[in-house]
This record gives sequence, C-alpha cells and structure tokens, in this order.
Amino acid sequence: MSGPVGALLRGVARYTLLALVLAFFALPMLWLASAPFDRNPRVTASLPEFTLENFRRLWENPNAVNSLASSVVLAVGSAVVVVTLSALAAYALSRVRIPGRDGLLYLLLLLSSIVTGTAAMVPVFLLASELGLVDSYSGVILVLSGGLLPAAIFILKDFTDTVPRSYEESARVFGASPLRVLRDVVVPVVRPGLATVGVWTVAQVWGNFLIPFLLLRSPDKSPAAVVMYTFYTEGGQPDLALISTFSLLYSLPVVLMFLFVSRRYGFRFHGGIKA
Amino acid sequence: MPDIALSRIGKVYPGGVRALDALELHVAEGEFFALLGPSGCGKSTLLRTVAGLETPDAGSVSVGGRDVTALPPGERGLAMVFQDYALFPHMTVEENIAYPLKLRKVARRERSESAVRTAAELGLEELAARRPAQLSGGQQQRAALARAVAARPDVLLLDEPLSNLDARLRLEARTFLKKFQRELDVTTVFVTHDQAEALALADRIAVMEDGRIRQVGTPAEVFRRPTSTFVASFIGSTPMNLLPAELSEGAVLAAECRLPLPSGAQGQVEGGEGFVYGIRPEYLRWSASPLPDALAGTVSVVENLGSAQLVTMECGGRTVQVVVSEDHDPAPGEPGWAAPRSDRALLYRDGVLVGAEESRVPA
Repeated sequence: MSGPVGALLRGVARYTLLALVLAFFALPMLWLASAPFDRNPRVTASLPEFTLENFRRLWENPNAVNSLASSVVLAVGSAVVVVTLSALAAYALSRVRIPGRDGLLYLLLLLSSIVTGTAAMVPVFLLASELGLVDSYSGVILVLSGGLLPAAIFILKDFTDTVPRSYEESARVFGASPLRVLRDVVVPVVRPGLATVGVWTVAQVWGNFLIPFLLLRSPDKSPAAVVMYTFYTEGGQPDLALISTFSLLYSLPVVLMFLFVSRRYGFRFHGGIKA
Repeated sequence: MPDIALSRIGKVYPGGVRALDALELHVAEGEFFALLGPSGCGKSTLLRTVAGLETPDAGSVSVGGRDVTALPPGERGLAMVFQDYALFPHMTVEENIAYPLKLRKVARRERSESAVRTAAELGLEELAARRPAQLSGGQQQRAALARAVAARPDVLLLDEPLSNLDARLRLEARTFLKKFQRELDVTTVFVTHDQAEALALADRIAVMEDGRIRQVGTPAEVFRRPTSTFVASFIGSTPMNLLPAELSEGAVLAAECRLPLPSGAQGQVEGGEGFVYGIRPEYLRWSASPLPDALAGTVSVVENLGSAQLVTMECGGRTVQVVVSEDHDPAPGEPGWAAPRSDRALLYRDGVLVGAEESRVPA
C-alpha cells in the first residue's frame, strides 16, 4: 500500500496500538485512583459511587496506620545505613588501589542478589534468630541494608570516580583531614549520587514484603507491604475497598518523595573543573 | 618568608620507574623558581613532594629551616594552585577563597571580610557570588590564586599555571602572575614544560631530565650558557645549532668551515675530535657577501617571524638556522654567510660544556 490512504491507515494502526498499550498500563492506575472512593469496588474500573467511607474504615483499622509508620521507620533507617556505609565504602574503593578491587565489587553485587532473596530465606531467618534480631526493626534494617549495599556502592563508586583528585588534594594542602575532605568536598560534589541511592533504598525497602514478613512477628510492627496482605473480609475474600484505599495511601509517599528529590537535586551531576 | 631546601630526594614508582634521583635543590626566600623539563622528567613529582602529596623514598624536604618531610600537606605552611585550578564546584568564589580560613577556624565574619579583600586584590569583586563554572578560564585562575594566597602561605606552589589558558590570555596572565608574585613577595615554585614561560617568569630555573636536575641558573645563564647539550636543545624557541666539530691549531672545524674558538673554551682544550659546537640562531650575524671566520652555505628555507626571519642554511652537509634582521632579504638558493659571536658560542665534549665550572657569564 502506498499513497495518502496507506499513510492514513498506517497512522490509524499505529495510534490504535499505542492506545491499547496505554490502556493496558493506565487502567490499573485508573482503578487505583477511583476504587478507594467507590462504595462497592470491584476488580473492574467503573464510575465510582462517591464515598469517603473506605478511608474512615481504614483509619479505624489499628494495623493500617501503624504499618505506614513502620514502613517509614524501616525505609528511613535503611536509607541512612545504606547511604552512610556505601558513601564511605565507595570513596575508599574509588581512591585506594587494591588488587582484585573490581572483581570484589562484582562478586558482592552477584552475591547480594542471592543473599536477600527467597533462596537465602531460611539461613537469614536462622542468623537473625541466633543474633536475637527477630521481631526487631534493626534486624530488618540490617538484612535489607546488607542486600542493597553492594549495588549502592557500585552506583556511588561511579560517582566518586568522576570527582577529580585535585579537588581533594587541594583541600588537603589547605589542611583538611581525610574526613573533612569527604564532608566538605566529596559529599557535596556527589550529592546527586547520594540522593539517587537514598531514594532508591527507600523505594526498595518500601516495597519489600519478604524480609519484614519473615522477621517481624508482632502485627503492630509490620510495615505496609505486609499489612496489605491481611486485608480479607470475614468470608475470606480480599477486601477490595480496604486494599485499594490502602494502596493509594501506600504509594503516595514514594511518589511525593520522587517529585521532591527530583526537584531539589534534579538527579544531575554539576561537576566541571573547567567551564 | 622561608626558603626551601631539598636534600638527596629519591622517589621510585612501583614498577621501578625512578622518578627522582638523589636530587638536591635550594630555593631562596622570595624567589620565583621554575622547574622546567619535558613531560615525564619528574618535575611534577618534585613539586608534589614539596607539597607533601607524594612521600619521597629517600631524602628530606625543609621549609624555612624546618624539616617537613614527615608532616602532612596541611601543616607545611604552603598553598598550591593546581593545573585544573581545582575550585570546588559547589561553592561560590567567595566561599572557595574563604575555605582555607575556615579550616583554620577563623570566625565566619572575619574570613568573609578577608575573602572579599583578597578577591578585590585580584579583580574578582564582581564575581564573588558566582560559581566556578560561571567564570572564564582566566577568572578561574585568579580565583584559584586568591584562594591560595588568602591564608597568607609561606610558600606558593603552582602546577603548570598557564597551560589551561588560550594563547592570548596566557601572555596577559604571565605578566599578571609575575607582578603578583613580586607584590606578594612570597617564595614561589612553579612547574612548566614551556621553556618560554620559565624564561619569562622565573628568577631562577632548574632544568630537569629523567629525575635529575641538569642545570640551575638564572634565565640568562640557562639561555646563554647551557651546561649540557640537553639543556642547549631544550631552551630557546628556536633550538641551538649543535654541530659536530674538531679542534686544530686553536680553531674549530665544523660544517666544513673554520670558526674561532669560543672564548669560554680558550685555554681549556687541546686539539682533537668528538666536540660539539653550539651557537644560537640569534647569535649568528648574517651577511650576503663572504665573511671571515663564518659558516658558509646555501639558503634553503626562509621563515618570516614578523620583525625578523628564520633562515635555514645548508652548510657542508649540516643544517644551520640563523635569525636574520628585516634589513636583509635572503632568498632560497642564494649563498649566505653567518658569523658567530665568539663570546656566545659554546663548545661541548661528551654532551658537557667545556669550561662549565669556570666563572658565570657576565650579565
């Protein structure tokens, strides 16, 4: 086919395909936006019979509000641990020449994807149990941080590699101690990298179900991702009203965080030793 | 304001590269001192050793009579400007300049006043609130200088201070730098691979090759009486003519011409072979008619240098370059004669100047 008719048909086909793909991704979002305000939400997206009743019911569920607070504690705690430790490790690995450094990094990266995964579920639980870390926030934070650290170090090492050594040498000649150099020069210059790692850690921990499910016993400590699993009606059916409402509240903080950090730091690197 | 003394400094890099070899050097108080040499000669390593950024394997560094070999860079009382200036990109010009004072725990208000004053001295007062990325190359250099001198260091170290500037700016910055150093009256050591820069800026120059110092002297000494053929060929924008020569009957035979014995070599040598006769193109007097005691040959290339011209001449199978004033008009293919100034001509044996230990050049 050719000519204007062919071009038109091709255009129609292309936009139809795009519309279908868009619908595939947009419908769940639409459901997430409408179902919490619907008196009788179903699995299909429909025009809601508007109500705020679902939010009131959720508010009365003691575990729901608590769980969001738990999620914040776990996410922020892990972010602090991961950002601090990965910054120190990445700086050291970027500046010190040791044989097999890159091999070590790749090995850690490889192992970390196994260690916190389902495969290591039992040993992780036994280890935490031996150390008395079961049913404590610090246990979950440590296990999650351990799993995220190698990737975080990997990302941050790339950022620190781009900081010219002359910045640090210059500060050293003026009399700055190594920690001072890190604080005054390296950290500010790699701040976009730190922000990236921090946001990424929060998002990872926020969405993690397995580790808190495994290590936390008391329901009042469970984070949002685990509590969502408990929303069933007396009849054993998933309580769609609660689940959708909770999902909305659950995703909002992460979305807001992304918007904030992206505006504040822009996820960009303002380097430039010469204009 | 102290002097700098280096004694028997040695540095070997992993892999056995000898960067510095039992090196001795003394830089006097208030002196503007150049470390000059081709890349890889160890000049930057030497500067970084003085700064304390490299640890020597042997020898000692002292600043103002105080042995600083084991001290960290920050406790040596010196400041350094890096080749890339190393201005901190996240700080404004003023914050950059005030940073050394912040490290010395000077009160915020005082260090801000001091930074503004130093910025004004260097003509940066309008730019104090800008970030380094918003400055031109010349402004960045002045900001880096301001930061270095804000803390009133005893010694200022500059690593290739002009190499990041474009050609026109470089000349301007050179004059500025020399004036600034004089006003500040601070002992200054800089590294360069550009011999013209070293000659123009420095009070004294150390010419380095392969981790050793080949010659130390004022620009005039290094230019007029290079003590080795290496220094002779490295210094000067047009390289020195170096011709294999032999001596007989008190005269030099080079490029099939008979030339008078250089005055510095008189009474120092017997006859023989294996000499090298050196004369700078600037110290040859051109003539289109035959001259006695001159190099005779045929003009092959004429390059215009503006107010003068560089003539390349073939004499006796050797190439000789002559700087000819604009009064003459040589053309390729014509015969020419070039008479050396015998008080500027030099004689080398085994790469070393004959009579080098003798008295210095009269100024």
